[in-house]
Amino acid sequence: MHTFKGSWFTFEKFWTWYRRNWRSTAVSSFLTPVLFLLALGFGFGSQVQSTALIGGVSYLEYLAPALVVVTAIQGATFESTYPVLSQFMWQKSFIAMVATPITPAQVLYGQMMWVGSQLAVRSVVFVIIAVVLGAAAGPGILLSVVFATLAALAFSAPLVAYSATLEKPDGFTTIFRFVLMPMTLFTGAFFPVSQLPDWLVPLVWLTPSWHGIELARGTTFGTIGLLPALGHIAYLAALTAGGIALGVKFFNRRLAV
Amino acid sequence: MGRVENLVEAKALTKHFGTFEAVRGIDVEVRKGEAFGFLGPNGAGKSSTMRMISCVSGRTGGELKVLGMDPGTDGPRIRARLGVVPQLDNLDTELTVRQNLQIYGRYFGMSRQKCREKAAELLEFAQLSDRADHEVEPLSGGMKRRLTIARSLVNDPELLLLDEPTTGLDPQARHLLWDRLFRLKQDGVTLIITTHYMDEAEQLCDRLVVMDGGRIAAEGSPSELIGRYSTREVLELRFQPGAEKPDLERFAERVEVLPDRLLLYTQDGEHTLAKVHEHGVRPVQSLVRRSSLEDVFLRLTGRTLVD
Repeated sequence: MHTFKGSWFTFEKFWTWYRRNWRSTAVSSFLTPVLFLLALGFGFGSQVQSTALIGGVSYLEYLAPALVVVTAIQGATFESTYPVLSQFMWQKSFIAMVATPITPAQVLYGQMMWVGSQLAVRSVVFVIIAVVLGAAAGPGILLSVVFATLAALAFSAPLVAYSATLEKPDGFTTIFRFVLMPMTLFTGAFFPVSQLPDWLVPLVWLTPSWHGIELARGTTFGTIGLLPALGHIAYLAALTAGGIALGVKFFNRRLAV
Repeated sequence: MGRVENLVEAKALTKHFGTFEAVRGIDVEVRKGEAFGFLGPNGAGKSSTMRMISCVSGRTGGELKVLGMDPGTDGPRIRARLGVVPQLDNLDTELTVRQNLQIYGRYFGMSRQKCREKAAELLEFAQLSDRADHEVEPLSGGMKRRLTIARSLVNDPELLLLDEPTTGLDPQARHLLWDRLFRLKQDGVTLIITTHYMDEAEQLCDRLVVMDGGRIAAEGSPSELIGRYSTREVLELRFQPGAEKPDLERFAERVEVLPDRLLLYTQDGEHTLAKVHEHGVRPVQSLVRRSSLEDVFLRLTGRTLVD
């Protein structure tokens, strides 16, 4: 079977599930941006003085494009952990799939297409809500959807590969606490990275969220140059590709035994 | 004409997991239209063999041809013509019964229209039409099993692989399942079944191999195997736990000593029982029965099949 076709049929399974269960996910993709923007943008932001460091814009506008990115990465983290492990261990749907012409690699591609499309939809909803609430500084914020999805995939792909190696879900809690949480808080979404101690900054550069935030905020305010933008995109694409390559290896190891 | 077509041919087939040798060089041929069984206890290498035949797991050594092709290079093409019923159900439990069938059809590249038609037909076959649009999760074990079998038929497979198809089911659900499998056999589908239930093997299999410790201990039809490795009848004598068991070697062709009973292999069980009584032996309970594959297995391996 052609690779794309096989991956597409895998994707269709997720889509069938979504058609039955979209209501429950819709609530969270609607509520997350509303709550974040209200609490941090309007509430907390009302107490924050705009400075030259954040370009003299309101804190709400400063925050909005970055929030699209970090919430996409959070969503990607959940999509790439328990549901993936479940399809190996509890639901075993991946095992059912590879008994057909579908290959382990196609299962992975379908899974990644699913994560990507889910996060794209969530990001679109986020941006619409940001526009409605007056948190959008300009039309450039629309591009946040693309960069948030890309950053989410760049984190998701290695994480899906990692999930494929686990026999129990204990490792996930560590990732939520010690990777996701600090990455959400300290990679430039809520305050400029220049406020961090110097030794920490190179570590921030490694995170997909920092690159995603630089892109989303930079295009929203028109402050990013073409070359840096391409650099960020290349880094995120490389993380995604590397994660997928690892994923193919681990999916094969797990499913073809 | 006259040439028997083999759907599976294995020669010196082996499978290792690290240093563990799950399958240690087996030769197997499965002919078109037959129901072929792998009988053996847990850990005998049955499931590993099945996974190699179903082109999911690669072989470590030896030769394997399925539908005339090499699983190592033609996996997806072979799998397109196989049906697989795994040992553990792997249905999409959050989807409906019908959706499970339709989605599975899509994995084989069938059109949506074709998937809808096939699903309706298989719902009928699995006697699940009235549950078609219910979620899978709350179904009984027997229903889930029937759905799994129905799902494996979505691509009209030439070869159906069933790994422990009735393990964990109550007797009624088992008989219903066996009935469905008989129908498939009548329709000309070739079946390969692994089981550790001898009654299942006797009911379903035209031919089988007894596996133990990754090797094939014997091969033949159930009646051939019984004829070759056992006597016509068996006299079972049960004694008080812990009681010393009498030496009755001279009354039977062969005696097996189990923890709680003696098995006397003989052509005429009632006659042997009378002689044992004459000898003054008073078991708590006695039973005369025909030999089964269980006895074949005991003879071949010195162990019982199901503990």
